[in-house]
Amino acid sequence: MPSSTLTVEQPGALALVEDLGRPGFAHLGVSSSGALDRGALALANRLVGNPAGAAALEVVMGGFRARFDAETWFAVAGAWGDLRLDGRRIAPYTAARALPGSVLELGIASRGVRYVLAVRGGLDVPPVLGSRSRDTLAGLGPAPVQAGDALPIGAQPAASVPLLDQEAAFPPPEGPVTLALLPGPRTDWFTDAAHAGLFDGGWRLSEQADRIGARLLGAPLERLVAGELPSEATVPGSVQVAGDGLPTILLADRPVTGGYPVIAVVAASSLDALAQVRPGQAVRFRHA
Amino acid sequence: MSRRLLPSGEAALLVECDSLDEVLALHDALEAARPDGVIELVPAARTLLVAVDPALIPLESAATWVRRIPAEAGSRVAGAQADPVRIPVGYDGDDLAATAELLGVPVAELVAAHSGVEWRVAFGGFAPGFGYLVSDEWPFEVPRLEAPRARVPAGSVAVAGAFGGVYPRQSPGGWRLLGRTAATLWDPASNDPAVLAPGRRVRFEQA
Repeated sequence: MPSSTLTVEQPGALALVEDLGRPGFAHLGVSSSGALDRGALALANRLVGNPAGAAALEVVMGGFRARFDAETWFAVAGAWGDLRLDGRRIAPYTAARALPGSVLELGIASRGVRYVLAVRGGLDVPPVLGSRSRDTLAGLGPAPVQAGDALPIGAQPAASVPLLDQEAAFPPPEGPVTLALLPGPRTDWFTDAAHAGLFDGGWRLSEQADRIGARLLGAPLERLVAGELPSEATVPGSVQVAGDGLPTILLADRPVTGGYPVIAVVAASSLDALAQVRPGQAVRFRHA
Repeated sequence: MSRRLLPSGEAALLVECDSLDEVLALHDALEAARPDGVIELVPAARTLLVAVDPALIPLESAATWVRRIPAEAGSRVAGAQADPVRIPVGYDGDDLAATAELLGVPVAELVAAHSGVEWRVAFGGFAPGFGYLVSDEWPFEVPRLEAPRARVPAGSVAVAGAFGGVYPRQSPGGWRLLGRTAATLWDPASNDPAVLAPGRRVRFEQA
């Protein structure tokens, strides 16, 4: 029996259990998966005294409501919006204490995309291949959270809730988001104009952005090499250019191998920012 | 053998080889001498991805490690696995007759060829537990279906191009279905979740 549970009354658009993912299985066709905004996961966990990789909820865009059945410390990081505990406004990026029967609401995000809700003790759903993450492409890990699901909360961690953990709370930006790029394996498959175009701007995130990949809209990137590429393995952040010349940034739940050339790779340090970019928002690239 | 190291972000590099055989040989050699901090070794058709945890091993060190593997190394270090995995197959696939006709051989000959050769898992990637199988003895090059099926049943034993494979779970697919197996090939609850992991030798047996 779990010591306590979080009962989800309303999951919103999509609520998934995520931790730091399952690296080490790519050769078997399993991607790393895990929280898209890993910094938000680590921060929310630290605020409640959890290890950085404890499983938490990744809530897309909000509209989420859940009830605690026991006294529980929790913290919300990542996206920015109206957070309410029993109807009273609470601060983001701060540990708060829910009482038995308390109801937590995450309003529609006004900035960013993905809230991370960590509870003290972590979400104790059964791990698959060493991880509690939902992989939306492979269908591995806990199913997307449904209304009525009672998520088990794990045992209290050894570390206490930090008494004073002041975090400068900066909401995700509304304006252009700048991402650092490193060379990809197939940079030489593209023209000089394509390389210039990649960095000269004019990109924005399309509506086709999920945990598998984020497609960008802008001026198509021209290829130098026309041939077909035998499928090869990719890493999170790979900027793959499809036949129409538009880039897609592959993310945690991507297919392990792909047949489109990868012109560049988004630096790991920029992937958290990318996880919070909203469809339509401007994206710029700089050299890492 | 030529080997080109291509960048893939700050924590991975892609090793490009001349052929799939070289990829397989290199994969064996790297697997046999894998240092701590190398998180993924992912073989594909012409390349092999080496991904590291930079906190445990700098990418430059991993590159040096890859470069130092001698060119001739690895050719069939894989002997470690004594017996091939045996997969029982009922050869009654929807495309069996049409594929035999396409290849200009009797159905019995196609079945005999598929079950008579030793296959090896070259790489994975299409779905968890899916292995791309190759065999030097397999004589056919099989075109994919013109239009892929929306649903290929789990356990379907199929061929396409120079490859063989078994669909571990129901999915879309354009390979030609020769038969089916009841064997469990993917079990995420197991410590060894994929039967068809890269490097494994495989034999299909007529059930």
